[in-house]
Amino acid sequence: MRCMTETRVGIAFLLPALTVLALVSLYPILALLWLSMRHRVLPFQIDQFIGFDNYALLFVTPRFWNSLTVTGYFAGVSVAIEVILGLGIALLLSHSFKGVGWVRAAVLLPWAIPTVVTAKIWDWMYQPQVGVLNYVLQAMHLTTAPIHWLGSPSLAIHAAIVADVWKTTPFVVILLLAAIAMIPRDLYRAAAIDGASSWHTFWHITLPQLRTILIVVILFRMIDAMRVFDLLFVMTGGGPADMTETLSIYTYKILFQTLQFGYGSAIGVVMFLLVASVSLLQLWIGRNEFRRMIGTQV
Amino acid sequence: MPEVRIEHISKQYGAVSVLQDFSLTIHDGEFFTLLGPSGCGKTTLINLLAGLDELDAGEIYFDDRPISHLSPKDRDIAMVFQSYALYPHKTVFENIAFPLRVNKRSKAHIDSEVRRVASLLRLENLLAKKPAEISGGERQRVALGRALIRQPAAFLMDEPLSNLDAQLRVQTRSEIKKIHRDLKRTTIYVTHDQEEALSLSDRLAVLDRGVIQQVGTPHELYRCPSNLTVARFIGSPQMNLIRGTLISQPEMIVDLGHAHIPLPPKLISTDSSEGKSREVIMGIRPEVIRVQDGETSWKAIVVGVEPVGAHSWAELRWGDHVLRARLSVDVVLVPDQVVGLEIDTNDLHLFDAHSGERLS
Repeated sequence: MRCMTETRVGIAFLLPALTVLALVSLYPILALLWLSMRHRVLPFQIDQFIGFDNYALLFVTPRFWNSLTVTGYFAGVSVAIEVILGLGIALLLSHSFKGVGWVRAAVLLPWAIPTVVTAKIWDWMYQPQVGVLNYVLQAMHLTTAPIHWLGSPSLAIHAAIVADVWKTTPFVVILLLAAIAMIPRDLYRAAAIDGASSWHTFWHITLPQLRTILIVVILFRMIDAMRVFDLLFVMTGGGPADMTETLSIYTYKILFQTLQFGYGSAIGVVMFLLVASVSLLQLWIGRNEFRRMIGTQV
Repeated sequence: MPEVRIEHISKQYGAVSVLQDFSLTIHDGEFFTLLGPSGCGKTTLINLLAGLDELDAGEIYFDDRPISHLSPKDRDIAMVFQSYALYPHKTVFENIAFPLRVNKRSKAHIDSEVRRVASLLRLENLLAKKPAEISGGERQRVALGRALIRQPAAFLMDEPLSNLDAQLRVQTRSEIKKIHRDLKRTTIYVTHDQEEALSLSDRLAVLDRGVIQQVGTPHELYRCPSNLTVARFIGSPQMNLIRGTLISQPEMIVDLGHAHIPLPPKLISTDSSEGKSREVIMGIRPEVIRVQDGETSWKAIVVGVEPVGAHSWAELRWGDHVLRARLSVDVVLVPDQVVGLEIDTNDLHLFDAHSGERLS
């Protein structure tokens, strides 16, 4: 009997949280799924159930595959650069030197700037006529004609990646810095006496000790980068020639510029599934890593 | 197997001077212990020897070779840490093999060396395990194995037993001693535990605030502590210390207020203090005190008795002082009982009350 009561009390305590979750998380997802199975175009007052036809259409639409590729490319390249660069900077900043506190604070600044502002700053720096980048390149005689960074189909995505790296590397740095500070100093002292070179020390001590946090950082950043919208939308609007049109921008355009709610929702579902699978992967790895970490806490 | 010569070294951290003009020679093949309370500079000293920290002044020689400019890996030393500092993601095998791996030795060589060291330390069954899966004592043996495998010229050990429980500590202690007996490598051992220091060392140095108080064999330090710091630090429980006045009339006696202790002539020379009196502190080791029921000139009252098996610890009120005495378990005492004290005056220690220096 007592057990019953305890279970009931437990459920009672959970109920508010479950209600909120159902309202803000479960309901929108279900509504999205429901919408994605309808042919609903507001301007033409069309609204009918069509099953999986939206998905069928999606999978034969080149623009969808293009946005998927752009998203994958953007996320993959920018996260790779951010993690490698972030690790390097974190290793440098983990040493103490005069003024290290100021340098650490300065490194974090880009992370603190709102993305729209970042996008505008880079937009202006990339500007062909008055942008500082072209000015410097021309002043150094590296180029004669101004380069259309954001106007060129092959350059635009890379220009955007640079801006994203500038903005989010600090996030990687701060997490890795904290993790590096947690590595026991004695391990480095032991390695120094054992005759390990800097490379050995990095490879055999620092990297294995940072494994868990690196996985977390990569997955976090992947989830974020896969949903990228504001940075690219402000800088390029998805152009030129859809070369920077990610899934979010594509979804936005279909949903809110052409008002095709059914079809747009289907893209939304695909994005949801992609991000959810990375999140699940993270939860699963996180649990394993946590077990591993508890086990190896010497 | 070098002689380690530390000459006039100084080390400062910010404004705090840890070692100043410090010199010490450790003989070839010797088990030498640096003993002292925390903050006495012993860990700084071992870090300087290992090359984990840089000297401000002076020089350290291995035999006649100055080594202060060498990096840790070029000093041919191995170190065992209090925290073990095992590589947590590597197996026991890989931990022990690590010094050979980074020195690019052949696979076959590494394999046979690891097995040799593992059998020496009874680690054969643990080679595939990770540090997290083995006990504290086993971890410390793995750390020893990692130190042993390179066959270095000298071993440095920084409180290697401090994280072990009492029983394991005694067990691992005898293992360390056996390894030293077999290999006869110069070993420099840091501890704050005087019992560990006495049981392991060929010679030891007591350090206090960066200054050597005394260097000698365990026996010398126990029998003849050269000042009050050493007297307080060596021996457990601590030597009983009682303030008194040394009077020469012309036989030397110590006036404790409630009792007069005549000193045997060989304990202290009379020359300088003829006719004068001086403030002294008299030291009595707990084991030189005896009690008896019969009449003696010194009477004490039993405060408490703690039998601990082989002997018992008694607290005896003698005048204003409470003496700790180690008595045979056969002596049955009850609190408030009045007993006669018997102290072999040949075993007394006398220190100057102001300078703390030994007089006897």
